[in-house]
Amino acid sequence: MNILVCITHVPDTTSKIRFTEGNTQLDKTGVQFIIGPYDDYALARAVELKEQTGGTITVLNVGEAETEPTLRKALAIGADEAIRVNAFPKDAHFVAQQIAARAKEKSYDLILMGRESIDFNGGMVHGMVGEILGLPSISPVMKLELEGTKAKLAREIEGGKEFIEVGLPFIAGCQEPIAEWKIPNMRGIMSARSKPLQVVDPVEADTRTETKTYELPAPKAEVKIVGSVDELVQLLKNEAKVL
Amino acid sequence: MSILVYIEQDQGKIKSSSLEAVSYAAALSEKSGDKVNVLGCGTIEDADWNQLGKAGADAIYHVADERLNSGVIQAHAHIIAQVFAKVDASILVLAKSALGDAVASRLAIKLNAGLVSNVVGLPDMNAGFVVKRSIFTGKAFVETAIPAENKILAIKKNTQPIKTDGEEVSVESLTVDLPESVFAARITEVEKASGEVLLPEADIVVSGGRGLNGPENWGMIEGLAEVLQAARGCSKPVSDLGWRPHHEHVGQTGVKVAPSLYIAIAISGAIQHLAGVNGSRNIVVINKDPEAPFFKAADYGIVGDAFDIVPKLTEAIKALK
Ligand SMILES: Cc1cc2nc3c(=O)[nH]c(=O)nc-3n(C[C@H](O)[C@H](O)[C@H](O)COP(=O)(O)OP(=O)(O)OC[C@H]3O[C@@H](n4cnc5c(N)ncnc54)[C@H](O)[C@@H]3O)c2cc1C
Ligand SMILES: Nc1ncnc2c1ncn2[C@@H]1O[C@H](COP(=O)(O)O)[C@@H](O)[C@H]1O
Repeated sequence: MNILVCITHVPDTTSKIRFTEGNTQLDKTGVQFIIGPYDDYALARAVELKEQTGGTITVLNVGEAETEPTLRKALAIGADEAIRVNAFPKDAHFVAQQIAARAKEKSYDLILMGRESIDFNGGMVHGMVGEILGLPSISPVMKLELEGTKAKLAREIEGGKEFIEVGLPFIAGCQEPIAEWKIPNMRGIMSARSKPLQVVDPVEADTRTETKTYELPAPKAEVKIVGSVDELVQLLKNEAKVL
Repeated sequence: MSILVYIEQDQGKIKSSSLEAVSYAAALSEKSGDKVNVLGCGTIEDADWNQLGKAGADAIYHVADERLNSGVIQAHAHIIAQVFAKVDASILVLAKSALGDAVASRLAIKLNAGLVSNVVGLPDMNAGFVVKRSIFTGKAFVETAIPAENKILAIKKNTQPIKTDGEEVSVESLTVDLPESVFAARITEVEKASGEVLLPEADIVVSGGRGLNGPENWGMIEGLAEVLQAARGCSKPVSDLGWRPHHEHVGQTGVKVAPSLYIAIAISGAIQHLAGVNGSRNIVVINKDPEAPFFKAADYGIVGDAFDIVPKLTEAIKALK
């Protein structure tokens, strides 16, 4: 069982987001970067599946050198090898083509991603890779069990879930509660240092969108603390006009 | 050239997020002059179709195949691509949703299109085609240009008022060839609460947190939700503890909501929870701790015990109605 897990390198969920260079760049001062929380679920499930079936886990990131500590962390959590496609992830389409190109090089039984990256929140790369490779893509997946060459999944939909059966290989965008996040232990951290982290050049690929200027939301007005339920109901009715 | 809007149904009813998508396309067409074609798949109640004309559709197509009542991703993508070509479209508009995202991404490849998700406004067409989208889970926006000829826009909920003054349009039935291969991922069962307001679609959300102590105390949340015809939400620990189903969990790792009113009861307001509610137009916080961080993100707040306040609030709203 060979599993490819695609991970993003994103600001920690508690980060205050700011921009610089005339609002054209993320201000990285003081920002801590982590494995995307949904990618972390994908990786955690991959580690569990490997415990069941053996095989190898490859983690992949399309990014510049700064993302290597994040890949090392994925190795510490339990991936066997890491690949960094040395390119700035210009847009989802560019990233999807890079992932598809790597996926074609080795036959993976399963490609796991997060349901969405928490920086651009597209939730798009898995479907694009699926279409490029001609494989089913299923997202957001909250449960994934293997049964021989098939898998049984639960996909979250608005107000419930769908249960799905699909043959390997396929692509899944993962979310909780597919697995519990794994924290690297000492042994993992030590062994991660000697695991292979390969840096490869990007394949030729086009972009279809172009990011221009960033903007922060308008600051919120001061909260009105009210003393009674009746006062609240009046405000909701007459001021907010939502009742 | 024209615009194609893909709409979704839930238990036979057209989703309000889809009516927003049609209204968005109608507003876009006022700028560009493109015709607004709408495609619906699966079973949709007869009485529901007339909302599409009112929302701004110029032509409506229906693929009635019952297999499309559920979210067979590849099948939906396959049909949309065919209809996109048939109506000579260059722009596809759909609502951001579990199915919308999944099909839009496959279509970006099929249609050679530039795709932007989480769109929050109409495009600026003066210099190319530039749309604003929400990023960093609602913490920021970015202007994004789509130079590609074909474009796909996945619209974030609550960014476009639903238009209701359009003309009635008749529905044209289409039969589309669906190869077996698009059903490779087979849906074996669907589990869904019926008759409930869908959380991401809801106009009002009543949400409870760990401060409510246990699932046995959810009766009052349900009571309040009922008088408001609201959807129910919760914080992550509440769904982690199994007090409420996972699909009710709001936040960074859960559902992102954008109602006109979000009522947060006994939720502290951790930044990851706020990430799921920052699209709300009005936020009410009920918390016994005056220092709870949620108050900083709220429009209205009451400091006090939820077990005392919520039943009173339910009664007061009942009295009003
Ligand atoms: C990567 C990551 C992702 C996360 N994603 C999410 C997410 O998507 N959604 C999410 O919700 N959380 C998420 N979290 C968890 C988040 O950090 C908080 O732990 C969580 O939101 C806290 O939930 P809570 O407010 O219900 O509980 P608590 O923090 O325990 O707060 C309970 C609140 O209830 C109040 N209270 C207690 N009793 C009463 C009473 N009788 N009347 C009125 N008020 C009362 C207390 O004053 C307190 O403010 C995430 C965390 C991480 C690290
Ligand atoms: N630069 C990247 N490198 C590797 N994987 C990525 C990258 N960007 C996105 N992905 C994967 O695609 C998923 C969906 O991303 P997105 O479409 O950007 O929301 C993420 O959760 C990752 O698993």
